[in-house]
Amino acid sequence: MENHILNVRNLTVDIPLPSGMLHAVQGLSFHVDRGETLAIVGESGCGKSLTSLAIMGLLPKKAIRTADLLELAGEDILNATESRMSDIRGSLMGMIFQEPMTSLNPAYTIGNQLIETMRRHRPVSVDEARDRAVFLLEKVGITAARSRLTQYPHQLSGGLRQRVMIAMTLMCGPDLIIADEPTTALDVTIQAQILLLLAELQKEFDMGLILITHDLGVVARVADRVAVMYAGQVVEEGSATQVFGRPTHPYTQGLLDCIPIPGKTERGKHLGSIPGIVPSLVGNLSGCRFADRCQHAMTDCSAADVGFRPASEVGHAYRCLLTPEQSAQNAAKLGAA
Amino acid sequence: MSEIIVSASDVMRTFMISAGVFRAKRPLHAVNGVTLDIRRGEVLAIVGESGCGKTTLAKLLLGLLPPSGGDIRLDGRPVMTIPRLEMAGLVQPIFQDPYSSLNPRKSVGAIITLPLVVQKDQDPSTWRRRAEEMMALVGLPPRLYNNFPNQLSGGQRQRVAIARALINRPEVVICDEPTSALDVSVQSQILNLLQDLRGELNLTYIIISHNLAVVEHMATRVAVMYLGRIVELAETDQLFKAPKHPYTMALLESVLTPDPSLGIPDTHLGAAYPNPVDPPSGCTFHPRCAQVMAHCSVQAPKRVPVEGGHVECHLFDANLGKEKAIA
Amino acid sequence: MGMIGKAGVPTASEILEPSSASLMRKRIFGHYGLMIGIGSLLVIFAIALLAPMLAPFDPLDQELSRKLIPPIWSGSAKATWVYPLGTDGLGRDYLSRLIYGSQISLLIGFSAMLISGVIGTTLGVLAGYFGGRVDMVVNFIITTRLSMPVVLVALAVVSLVGNSLWIVIWVLGLLIWDRFAVVVRSSTLQVRNLDYVAAAQAIGCSKMRIIFSEIMPNIMNNLIVVATVEMAHAIILEAALSFLGLGVQPPAPSWGLMISEGKGLMFFHPWLIGIPGAALFVLILAINLMGDGVRDVTAPENRN
Repeated sequence: MENHILNVRNLTVDIPLPSGMLHAVQGLSFHVDRGETLAIVGESGCGKSLTSLAIMGLLPKKAIRTADLLELAGEDILNATESRMSDIRGSLMGMIFQEPMTSLNPAYTIGNQLIETMRRHRPVSVDEARDRAVFLLEKVGITAARSRLTQYPHQLSGGLRQRVMIAMTLMCGPDLIIADEPTTALDVTIQAQILLLLAELQKEFDMGLILITHDLGVVARVADRVAVMYAGQVVEEGSATQVFGRPTHPYTQGLLDCIPIPGKTERGKHLGSIPGIVPSLVGNLSGCRFADRCQHAMTDCSAADVGFRPASEVGHAYRCLLTPEQSAQNAAKLGAA
Repeated sequence: MSEIIVSASDVMRTFMISAGVFRAKRPLHAVNGVTLDIRRGEVLAIVGESGCGKTTLAKLLLGLLPPSGGDIRLDGRPVMTIPRLEMAGLVQPIFQDPYSSLNPRKSVGAIITLPLVVQKDQDPSTWRRRAEEMMALVGLPPRLYNNFPNQLSGGQRQRVAIARALINRPEVVICDEPTSALDVSVQSQILNLLQDLRGELNLTYIIISHNLAVVEHMATRVAVMYLGRIVELAETDQLFKAPKHPYTMALLESVLTPDPSLGIPDTHLGAAYPNPVDPPSGCTFHPRCAQVMAHCSVQAPKRVPVEGGHVECHLFDANLGKEKAIA
Repeated sequence: MGMIGKAGVPTASEILEPSSASLMRKRIFGHYGLMIGIGSLLVIFAIALLAPMLAPFDPLDQELSRKLIPPIWSGSAKATWVYPLGTDGLGRDYLSRLIYGSQISLLIGFSAMLISGVIGTTLGVLAGYFGGRVDMVVNFIITTRLSMPVVLVALAVVSLVGNSLWIVIWVLGLLIWDRFAVVVRSSTLQVRNLDYVAAAQAIGCSKMRIIFSEIMPNIMNNLIVVATVEMAHAIILEAALSFLGLGVQPPAPSWGLMISEGKGLMFFHPWLIGIPGAALFVLILAINLMGDGVRDVTAPENRN
């Protein structure tokens, strides 16, 4: 427990709508250790981004957040005041968003923003802050760092902006970084560079990293542990090797079957697909939320809430009525088909 | 199947970019000498980073932009001489973002029948039936005929866009990142659909994408673009098994397959993509190339024909070595 | 709400996707400003249409013996229910003049808005769609127009050409199209770069069809908002011109003219300008409420 930098137990986010209560995130429990990368993966609307906003305390006003426990480095952030939270964000907890252009202020220079970020949270002089900014810009692979300080965000390419963004989150030496689709807007070649950089820095500064993405390739390469989300719930959790090697939930199996893999999927052959659409999360929900898209659905699936259960290996769990053995058979069939 | 349907020779497209209020406009060579033959029935993929000119090339092939130089022929006729409506019957696009490619004020039926209306199709009584047949073909339930785009999911919207593109049975379909705005499970459905339609309607696809996994799955040949030029063209298997151009190698390395036993690749591409207004001298790829040689920054590489395509790189230019030896 | 949308989670409006028509109805009827605006406008419109039936007297009928009867709420002994709003300095029934005046205000508002709308929309669409040189020329025309002070030019023209109701309408219509042009140009520019316009081009649609069936329907909400603003603008300008004596000519019962005629007696009979002033205020407020409402209802993401 001592090593957990972030501890989340039973996090729920509800959004009241005119047509009823939208259960966007339900019963989410996870933890992140120092030096560990947790990937939250899922398709649009699964609640992964709301989860990150809920942790940061940045949910829209009308959203209702409840949890049994929400702790960052041993501090309760569930009941923290707004001023304490804004202190925590940017100092203990860093955020990296998809489009760096919208998170950097176009009216100020890079240097100004880096220095201000630090001085808002730490009692340091401008010179000290500037030295750290140069140090970090070099760390994130930006050449001629000192001269970059006077540049404006629009003078940098997308990849460089994302590097600046990373440097900015590191200014105060955070314990945890939450990266929401950090490479989705970037080209593939730049994506690899940014991911590599994030992974290196994370190990070097011994931070926890929550990576939120829809890209299974990114998850497999970067994550230590993976939580697969579907319709507001985690449906499978485990180490990357477990989730990608022995996917146990039918949704995870289906997702992995959907993506073409060079050298593996045969050209011209059909890719796997998941029929149907994500269910509406408004109103009372019961049973497995994946049931009406699942090939293996049984009558019990829609009857009662399906609990989280351990798979055959330690640390691997999933939310399905099928036994691990049955799931393994299904996976084998998918692979053969 | 060797009949050439689209033929581009040394196609150029230049835009004048203003650098500031009091500065002169500067030329941006978005497409800078592309030579390419596309065979009837093949699936040609054009890959490259953003800013490499692949979308401009697509617009040139669609006849939406006139080329600044060179020649594009469709079925042997220069593209700019083909009348608008005839052109529309031959080549159709499918766009990346199904949220902006459908007019929000029009019903699904109106969107799909618009091509028939525009072509002054002789038999209006059959429009609705044909649109519904097309909807069935792309997997849309007919009850959606009177719905509006905002009532459809992303995948359904993309199916509407595909139905609109195919209702007049074009020869060539240009798909500009057809699935990159869609979720993983929807992406596979659309790719499967495109595969099926190609067989059923004898289509030729030009797929523009940065997703090499999708390209490998769909394409029969791949053209790799860098700063307005095709630096490597090869059969898909050839390209993925034995890439020649160092840029192709870097691109292939950066593909992230969902395999947790592999780490994050280091593409060694270093510096960011160059500003296309101010391209590097010689081989435009030389500042990022892992195998750069002394003359790369001076002399632009020639097109070297190789099996199934060509490559533009000094590493494969046998003559260059000789010339240097003589000098 | 914008925050969630950006983060890739469907916004509330996306989740609520079923039946956009019923949603729209809900939004329209839930918007009090819009309902009040449309309601009051309909009432004024009905009054204008039914003026001959509603007005108790001929608005032009003078009778000096009954001049300057105060309205009934004044408490004066002269006040009578025969002339609920009193009479003016020439003994004309103020209520009848007010009722007939609504005809003039609405006629001028609508007509001037239509004229300026056609001019401004044409210029704006041309500039936005074709860009380049066309855009430069249109921008030059807009700048030229903006450099002319509306009231002074209107005064000059009216004093040169003479004044009648229709001259006032044309002068206003030809002068206040600038906002139409600017707004339509920028919204056309936005829509023009969307993929569905490129798709229409690829289908082989003519430029005319693209402009009328792909672009116009999608800038309509902006157009309606500007139209309401400009209608209010035209009505105010007419009142101002009439007040200055260069608009609608006496004895026509224009509200602006009524204020102008009452200004000499303002200190002793303030209701002479108070009543037409209030009518003008209600009409302009109704039009603006409707415009704001239309904007809110058609583009809910732009609220707040």
